[in-house]
Amino acid sequence: MLTKRIIPCLDVTAGRVVKGVNFVGLRDAGDPVEIAKRYNTQGADELTFLDITATSDGRDLILHIIEDVASQVFIPLTVGGGVRTVADVRRLLNAGADKVSMNSSAVANPDLVSDAAAYYGSQCIVVAIDAKQTEAGNWEVFTHGGRTPAGKDVVEWACEVAKRGAGEILLTSMNRDGSKDGFDLALTAAVSDAVSVPVIASGGVGNLQHLVDGITKGHADAVLAASIFHYGEYTVGQAKEYMAAQGIPVRI
Amino acid sequence: MAQTIAIVDYGMGNLRSVYQAFHHVAPDENVLIARKPEEIRNADRVVLPGQGAMPDCMKHLEESGLLEALLEASKSKPLLGVCVGEQMLFDRSAEVRPGERWTSCLGLISGEVRRFELAGKKQADGSAYKVPHMGWNQIRQDRQHPIWNGIPDLTSFYFVHSYYVVPQRAEDVVGSTEYGAWFTSAVARDNIFATQFHPEKSAEYGLKLYQNFVSWQP
Repeated sequence: MLTKRIIPCLDVTAGRVVKGVNFVGLRDAGDPVEIAKRYNTQGADELTFLDITATSDGRDLILHIIEDVASQVFIPLTVGGGVRTVADVRRLLNAGADKVSMNSSAVANPDLVSDAAAYYGSQCIVVAIDAKQTEAGNWEVFTHGGRTPAGKDVVEWACEVAKRGAGEILLTSMNRDGSKDGFDLALTAAVSDAVSVPVIASGGVGNLQHLVDGITKGHADAVLAASIFHYGEYTVGQAKEYMAAQGIPVRI
Repeated sequence: MAQTIAIVDYGMGNLRSVYQAFHHVAPDENVLIARKPEEIRNADRVVLPGQGAMPDCMKHLEESGLLEALLEASKSKPLLGVCVGEQMLFDRSAEVRPGERWTSCLGLISGEVRRFELAGKKQADGSAYKVPHMGWNQIRQDRQHPIWNGIPDLTSFYFVHSYYVVPQRAEDVVGSTEYGAWFTSAVARDNIFATQFHPEKSAEYGLKLYQNFVSWQP
């Protein structure tokens, strides 16, 4: 049986892993290579790196970080943040990323999704969607780190990018991100039920039951979390044991 | 003397993770990314990775000038196919350019490549099956093989694919996986072994599989 994935997320800037609340207020969480190795040892199924650096100087740093991680950690690595062109996709894949995630640039230029998927295959193209609730049952796509409303409906946008060749959707609830109140389960289920590709739930995990709920109630194929792992509240292994005890198939 | 392990580079996608994994398990061997026929001819072992769409993979392989050397190697040298590199070993694939029915492949293992047809089917937990089949899933070892040494039956490996192989001969099947139905996830015949999953992304036991390939004497 296909297991549900647990994906620790590392927000990287200036060569360090950081964590914010509702997309602002960053705290240092440590060295990316050391953190990646630790999660691999704990049994993480994949790792996601989001480059939240604004400058091009910082941008080259993540290539070196991915190179370092990929030479020591043999699980899938997804990298996103600042991916604007097919050439950016190539640079990240060449550095050792297995999947590349695009967000604002996909909204600005949906052909980027189609072009990158046609060239490199859907398996390595992830579209990240930052979703903000506008009213009950409705969510709007936001870009530029959650600052800019895109005027698009989240479920419609998810269906469009899947049709254009995205192999996976990384879905973040902006309302819940950093809140520790759990995933937006209605959002997650709405998107997961609407698309034929896997959906990663993100934003809001505060305890291990939230991970279970993301799968059983949100119908997510994978769950992503950052702070519960970074600050040592739980190990990935503890999360898997808890999920297995709730009847969720996980790789132990 | 160090062996040479050639990873065939026909210009499709990224071979770095396969290279890194072999370099990690065989630091004393000469692991190289082969872009010239003689690099395949001079190698002791050959690895055929693959990603992206089958029609592009076959076209690039034919245009690379490496096809003949690869076919020669397939007759005698240990050859490992990975993902689309596994699928390429078969006769034909249903992953085609628009308007075509089949893409012709290498014909080294009898059988064909088909797409998952899981629309409308529900998983045990009530959720829909997604395609691509992406994530960690177990391999049932259908028969013994030196490449399985030290890897427990039903170990999970990492998959990401929308197509799967259907071998004609049952004896070529060495591993199977359940996703909606059982499909063949590893095949072997003579000096050839191939996996649908990605050992280079499958942590400890994936590295063990590559290590076993490095010492395999078919």
